[in-house]
Formats: sequence, structure tokens, C-alpha cells
Amino acid sequence: MSMAAIRWISGPVLRATVQGSFFLRECVRVGPKALLGEVVRIDGDEITVQVYEDTTGLKPGTLIEGEAKPLAIRVGPALLGNIFDGLLRPLTGIDARVRPGARAAAPSRLAFSPARQVGDAIGGGESLGELRPAAGRALALLVPPDVAGELVSIREAGEYDDVTPLATIRTADGRETGVAMSHSWPVRVPRPVARRLPMREPLVTGQRVLDALFPVALGGKAAIPGGFGTGKTVLLEALAKGCAADVIVYLGCGERGNELAGVLEELPQLVDPRSGRRLMERTVIIANTSNMPVAAREASIYSAITVAEYFRDQGLHVALMADSTSRWAEALREVSGRFGELPGEGGYPAYLSSRLAEFYERAALVETLAGTRGSVTVMGAISPPSGDFSEPVTSHTKRYVRAFWALDVKRAQARFYPAVHPLQSYAENAAEFAPWWNENGNTQWLELRRRFLMLLDEQSRLERMAKIIGKDALPARQQLTLACADLVNEAFLRQNAFAPKDRVAGPAKQAAMMRIIGRFIELATQAVAAGLAPDRLARLECLRPLVRMGEEIGNDEPEKFEAVGAALEAEFHALIPTPEKRDEAAAAG
Amino acid sequence: MKPRLLAEGCATRLAGPLLFLKRTVDVGLNEAVEVSGADGRTRLGRVAAADIDTLTIEVLESTAGLALSEIVVRFVGEPMGFALGPGILGRVFDGVGRVIDGGPPIPARETYPIEGLPWNPVARDVPRDFIETGVSAIDLMNSLVRGQKLPIFSGGGLPHDRMAADIATNARLARGAKGDFAIVFAGMGLPHDSAEFFRRRLEQGGALERTALFLNLAADSSTQRLLTPRYALTAAEYLAFVEGKHVLAILTDMTNYCEALREVSSSKGEIPSRKGFPGYLYSDLATLYERAGCIHGSGGTLTQLSILTMPSDDITHPIPDLTGYITEGQIVLSRDLDRRGINPPVNVLPSLSRLMKDGTGEKYTHRDHPALASQLYSAYARAVQTRVLAAVVGEDGLSEADRRYLAFGEGFERNLVNQAGARSFAESMDAGWRLLKGLPHAELTRLSDEQIARCLSRA
Ligand SMILES: Nc1ncnc2c1ncn2[C@@H]1O[C@H](COP(=O)(O)OP(=O)(O)O)[C@@H](O)[C@H]1O
Ligand SMILES: [Mg+2]
Repeated sequence: MSMAAIRWISGPVLRATVQGSFFLRECVRVGPKALLGEVVRIDGDEITVQVYEDTTGLKPGTLIEGEAKPLAIRVGPALLGNIFDGLLRPLTGIDARVRPGARAAAPSRLAFSPARQVGDAIGGGESLGELRPAAGRALALLVPPDVAGELVSIREAGEYDDVTPLATIRTADGRETGVAMSHSWPVRVPRPVARRLPMREPLVTGQRVLDALFPVALGGKAAIPGGFGTGKTVLLEALAKGCAADVIVYLGCGERGNELAGVLEELPQLVDPRSGRRLMERTVIIANTSNMPVAAREASIYSAITVAEYFRDQGLHVALMADSTSRWAEALREVSGRFGELPGEGGYPAYLSSRLAEFYERAALVETLAGTRGSVTVMGAISPPSGDFSEPVTSHTKRYVRAFWALDVKRAQARFYPAVHPLQSYAENAAEFAPWWNENGNTQWLELRRRFLMLLDEQSRLERMAKIIGKDALPARQQLTLACADLVNEAFLRQNAFAPKDRVAGPAKQAAMMRIIGRFIELATQAVAAGLAPDRLARLECLRPLVRMGEEIGNDEPEKFEAVGAALEAEFHALIPTPEKRDEAAAAG
Repeated sequence: MKPRLLAEGCATRLAGPLLFLKRTVDVGLNEAVEVSGADGRTRLGRVAAADIDTLTIEVLESTAGLALSEIVVRFVGEPMGFALGPGILGRVFDGVGRVIDGGPPIPARETYPIEGLPWNPVARDVPRDFIETGVSAIDLMNSLVRGQKLPIFSGGGLPHDRMAADIATNARLARGAKGDFAIVFAGMGLPHDSAEFFRRRLEQGGALERTALFLNLAADSSTQRLLTPRYALTAAEYLAFVEGKHVLAILTDMTNYCEALREVSSSKGEIPSRKGFPGYLYSDLATLYERAGCIHGSGGTLTQLSILTMPSDDITHPIPDLTGYITEGQIVLSRDLDRRGINPPVNVLPSLSRLMKDGTGEKYTHRDHPALASQLYSAYARAVQTRVLAAVVGEDGLSEADRRYLAFGEGFERNLVNQAGARSFAESMDAGWRLLKGLPHAELTRLSDEQIARCLSRA
């Protein structure tokens, strides 16, 4: 075991004189409390160490022990349903105050049934059998991706703890390795996959504005920039509750303790309508709150994505929510400053961009080593200083994500949520998802998406014009455009995250709502062409039910949407009663 | 307590707040020290860095008057702490927790580290208990709950002091009585007259005997300003989580605190970030603001109401910006409303209470409260937008509906935000419903048909 003794210490950074050899990025234990640290620089017989915990009380002479491995976490089935700190140490079962020092999860017990036999050739990342947690879905006992060979022993079915080896594999070089339910993996190394697959399917988020206008791919990446109070956290939480993933990894990175307490209180009470299980059973929470040590904040994002990759390797679809990547970047900046590195743009180190790229690159839809299909979709919040999107973290992130969900202060101030700005946001290649929507009951998805986006675009132009000449001075057709755009906003894009029926909109509900609004636009266009005054539209009886349908009609009430649609047809029918008029309208439309 | 060590005649260099010593004692990082010179004054400090030969001490009070040859450093042997016990309410302390009201010392039970270890999120209870402040713009539109951290973003010359003092004396739990709260007041760089104003207002409101005052006045050392909120919050946490009281901590003015941090950082030669503030301003503020909340099983709660004057009334300045990212909302005061005689001059649009969703509604305030607040927000936002339009095209260029919104906006400011004395929650709700009656019912899309029928058709 290599040892070193502290020569100099200040804040979370120390320099030490070594006896024995250390490698770069080696994990170390510092002092009597065994604080976790990482070697970040080697210069002759001196190493520089970044310590992930409060260094109060350390002094010159204090001893450091090398772990002979990089910073690693233990991944396994027992992570589900629990909360951890940034280095994946459990937060349950400890004091009300988080004290620095070594901590490990107590082993948890799961039922195991073997699926392979002694003598089988086993590849890295393959499954050796099934694991059944007390609550939640069945998982596979995964061989670590870097272990392969011949199975020389395997336990019979029974209940075991998650750290005891249940099987032994003899590798090509003749060494025998034990395989337990959980295994250790270095956080900064992406877990290998068989191959990456092209992404043609959206991750259904349950948020209308995202699914309809700015979809993210299953295995894709999205960024949510927004000033304070614009709704980043509530949106991420809504996604954690409502999106169609099998596993959620929720990372609170440099944010509030109360928000995590809220998630912890709420998720165990909510039921996932797709599986009928408690939402908490599919969730792993990783918490490094703003007042916890900053260096651990830097590491927490890697812990989170490694956990996500582990569940992906189980053949599951995983969604990772990171709130907020800006706090991670700031931790990077702060630690870099302590090393005396030259600051670049905005004070961030020059490698900010490549670190962001590395992180987002770990999102993917893949064929796993075990031959199954799994994915990690990453959604990261960004907290730009002064809400200004031209700052380094936002602008670099923009280069690596395909979906950009920009939150708008104006909308948030009017309590129009989610405050996703329809013109500043985008989703590249959204059209690729049209076939998926086609198969899933929304045949007009592409067409209506285009129509909605065009209306919203035109609205902003017309509003600028109305500011000069007054709204009433606009021609009838343009007033109609404004009325329709208003309707798209109010009736479709606005979605109350706290209303029981509006929280999550399933694909069928979204399709019904899009269709009804599309139909309104069609009929209103015909009516105005037939001479109806545009301001008459605002007084239509059918309008209020239309605007309220998101909040008042649930996912499982298609007949009520039918009724709203029928009322709409009837009222317009009465407005354009005679066949001549209708012919005229059709000709004009 | 560990034996105290002494270092005499070891000082080698003094640079701003940093004092360098030959390392003659075996002490650890962040441990507290007391530095004294020929003038006999002791100054608090801490071990900021250590190597084999040298100790770097960060002196947390003014180093003026120190001469190298006469410096004596006493090592406390543990991080800076505050010895606390029963009887701190009704007392006055200086910015570093020393009694200055001429009374007896505090009978200390235990010493608490002033930095406070981070709370485990698992130990937190979600704050939910609605606090009635008597201010409609808060109670109705941006409700405060017990355990929340909610700052007032203000500007020089605006009535934030009065508002904070009113809240401190009027605040009660729903259906509770005045005096539900113990108050911890931390003044940082406070002008003497402001300190006096608070003391008098609390006395008049009968709240002084349930208040502990921590005063770092404008004339006191700016370095010490960094310690004041830490001592005050340590006392507040003690009252809340050891004695089990409901505590309201008032921190003012956070801008002075941040400026002191900038000063100290630059004298240490650190690389500045935005506007000269250190890159760790966010993390540093978080170590203060996160010391609020409800801790499971402790019986008490800690609510933070801090006051912050926005430099040049600019909400994008790093101090309000980073604060807003950490706190659970903000109450923004507006110079424009103040000029127009609206009191309190709360601009509700940029104001926010993030915890309102957890502490309002059927179980806490009133079942229609969330929808009513949302509808008022939506209508007022439209009114303000219409005002901009009216300024360009004139009122004649507006539609009938737009004119009604203009009138609504006026009424909202004059009759809801503006108030002569404290209002009960029910009175605030009534004021809200009355205003909505002036708008076309079909456009009240945040309310259900049932709510419109029930609440708006009454005379
Ligand atoms: N989708 C939503 N539905 C209803 N209210 C919302 C929604 N999004 C945000 N809010 C409101 O806005 C507040 C601030 O949102 P939050 O997500 O905390 O902002 P951020 O994380 O961007 O600072 C929340 O407390 C909530 O009251
Ligand atoms: Mg947030």
C-alpha cells in the first residue's frame, strides 16, 4: 500500500510527500477519518490531492493512504429506491448533520436464482441470473463489463446479501474472480457497450410542450437553461415523475436540501401508472446540496451517470436528471482555481467544454454487452448568471445537446408554466419521430406540430406590429392568427405540474388535445373567411372547455375529449349554417 | 476542551487579513485562533493553510494596529464555536457573539461550531405551515411558510426595514397568535439609526424580549461582518433545534455581507469572478441560506427573512442573482410603486415563493387560494403588458377587453398590494375576488366554472 504525508494544506487541496508510487486519478484516504480524495497531479515525490470532504483539522504530517484504484462506486440493484451523497454513500441511517468520514451502505439482501451453469463461457456484462428485490422490478446479476471467462462456480437459488460473491469466473490468464450482485466501477470511465443504436424513438415525457414541439430522443440529451425561479427544478421533477423511463437517476447537484426532501417525501406516495408500482422503486436520488463540500459536487455528476449506465446495462431505459450542471461547472472552476490553473472564459478552466462533451456523450441508446437494448437519456438544467444564455456553460452545452428547452422569465412571471419559450427552444431532427407517433395513435403529429410552431412564430411578429399600430388595426386574418396562437399557448402548452389530472399527459391525451385544437383552428379559419368577426371567436361557448380541458380531463377519459370536440363542431356548424355559406368558406379555406 | 497553545514572537509577515507564522505548534486546518498585539485587543482568526514550516492565519477582524514583534497567537484547538445556553432571548450581542448589553454572560451549556455541518436532506421535513404576515402581496400572492428562506430584494431608500419589522411583530401561524416566533436579528454593516429603528419597533411590538440581536454596525470591522450571520444563525439553530422554538431570523443587509466578502477575497489575492466577487460567492451564500428549514423530530423550525439592497436596483447583479438561485423565492420591492405611494411597494411579478405550492390550498389556507393567486398573476401580467401597449398606441387604440385589464391593474396595485394596516388572510382573499369581478368571466381560464359560479357571482 502506498503512503504519503501532508506537506501543505489549504481548503480542499493538499500536497503530500510520497513513499511508494501513486498514479494520476488514484483514489486516496486522508487522515484518521479516512476522508476520500483523488490524486490530481504528480510532481517528483510530491502529489497534489483534491479532498472530497471538509478538511478541518488536517495538518502537516497527517498520513494519506493510496487505494491502488481510481475513484470508484459500487453499483448494484440495491441502489433503487435510495438516496446517496455525491460519492454514492448512503444518506439514510446517518445523523441529521452530514459529518465527513468514511461511510458504506449496509449490505442488503435479495433473492437470487441462477440462470447459467458451471463450465459456461461468460462474457463481460452478461447476466448470471435473476435478482428479486423485496419491492420493485426483477434485475439481472451482471458480470462486471471488464470480467470474462469460464464460470467455475455459482450459488444455488436463495437469498443473499449484495456484496458476497455468488459466482466465480476463471479469466483467460487463469485468475479467479468472484462476482457479487453489486460491483465496483470507476466513475470517470464510461461503461462499455456492444454498439450504439440510431435513435428514432422519443422519450415520452408527459409534458405537452416537450413531446409535441421539442421532443428528446430515447437515449438523447436535452438542456434546460433558465434564470432563477423560471421552473427548471419543477420541470425536472415533473419529468422524474411522469416520463416513460424504467429507471430515474435524479441528481441534485449544488441545489437546495428542501427540494430533495420534497422528492423523498412525494415519490414513495405516487404510483407509476405504467407499472402500477411506487415511483420511488424506480428512482435513485443523488444529493450534493449547495452547502456540501464543493469538490464532491464535481464528482457527483460522474457518480450519477455511472449509476445510470449500470441500469442501462440491465437492458433498461434510464433517464438522468441533473439539477444543475452549472453548479457542477462552478465546482470545476473553484477547484481548478485552487490548483492555480489559468482561468479561461468566465473564469472556467479551458477544459470546461471537453468535460461537458464527455459527460453528455455518455447518453445513448445502445445494444448492451448482454445483447439487450438499453438507454440513458440525459436532461441537464443550466443556471446562467443573470439569466443570460450567452455565458460559457449554456453556449458550450448547446453544442452537445439535440434538444434545448429554454425557460423564459416573462412566462414564469405570468405564472405560465412550464415556461418553455416556443421560439428560443428547439429540437433537432424532430421529424424523425413522426413514424413513432404515427404508430402510437397521433397520425397528425408532424402536421400539427408544424402548424403550432408557425402560429407561435407569427404571433411574436404580429405582436410587435400590434405594439405600433394597435391590435384592432390588424386585418381580420392576422387577428385570427393571434387568437389561435393564444389558444395553442393557453389550452395546450400550459400545463399545471400540481393539478392531479394535468401533471402527466399520456400520448393518447396529447393526441386528442392536439386534434381538437387543430380542428378549432381549421373551423375558425373557415368562419373568419366566411365573414365572422375575429373578436367573436373569443365569445364562443366552446372556448372555455377547450382551454380548461388539460386540467379537467384525465388520461383515461377519452369520451370527454369526444364531447369537447363535438361541442366545437356543433357551435361552428351553427355559425356557418347555410350550405352556400359553407361552400363559400370551403372555397376560401 | 483541548489545552490552549500559545505562539509568541513567531510572526513573520502580515499582508492584509493574512498573518504568517513560523510553525511552532501542531494545529489543524480551520482551527480558531485569537490574535493579540500590543494594543491588548484580541482578534478572532482561523488557520487558513499550513505547511511544514509555516502557518497562515486568516484574521477575521481588523489587523490595523498589529506589529509583528508583539503578536501573540492563542490556539483554541478546535474550529470557531459559539457557547450557547438558555436565556439568549432578550439579549444583545456584537457581531461575534459577545454580550454588549451590560448584562451577565450567557450560561453556556455547549459550544456549537459556527460554520454548522450541512443538514442531511433525509432529516429535513418539507416546510408546510403557512405563516400569516398580514401583507396581502405575501400572504395571498407569495405565501411564506415556516422553515422557508425568503429574502426581500430592495433598493436604497425603500421601506424594507419597516416591512421586515412589521412581519417580525405581526407574523402568526394560521389561526395562531402573535408571538409564535422567537426572533434572531443579525445586522451586518448596519447604520446606527437602522439598528435603533429595529430595536424600537420590536420593543413597541412587544417582541424585544423574544429577540436576540447580533449587531455588526457600519463602523465595525468589515471582516467581522463575515462572522456575524454565522454567529446569529448558530444561535438561531440552537433555539430552533435544541430548544425546539419556531425561529424567525432576520439578516440585514446581505449586500454589506457580500461586499465584505469581496474585500477580504481581493486582499487575499484571489482571482475575482463577476464584478470582482469571488467565484465561490454562490457556495458561500449557500452555507448561510441553507441554514433554514424544518428538522425532523426537533420540534422547532428556522425561517429566514433576509434583506438585500440591489446595487443600482439591478436584479441581475451577482448578489441578488445568486441569492435568488439559492433562496426559496424573493419579494421584490419597486421604486416605481413606492413613488406612486403604494405601500408596501411589492412588485409581485418578479416576486416568487417557491414553497407556496406546499403550504397553501385546502389543508393549509383555503381550497381556492392557489387558483385565485394564479388567476390574479395571469391577469396582472396581462395588465402590465397592456400598459406598455397603451403607452404607445394610446388608450383609444385598445380593445374593450384591454381597457378592462388596464383598470384591473390599477385596482390591483391600489386595493390589493397597497394596504394601510395588517390584513387577515380572509380579507386578502376577498380583495382578490373583488378585483376579478371586473374582468370578463370567460377569460378567467385559471379558475374552474365551479369556482367562478361560487366565488364571483356573490354580490
Ligand atoms: N410546471 C409548473 N407548474 C406549476 N408551477 C410551476 C411549474 N414550474 C414552476 N412552477 C412554480 O415556479 C416556482 C419556481 O420553480 P423552480 O423549478 O423552483 O425554479 P428554478 O429551479 O428554475 O429556479 C415553483 O416553486 C413553482 O411554484
Ligand atoms: Mg431549481
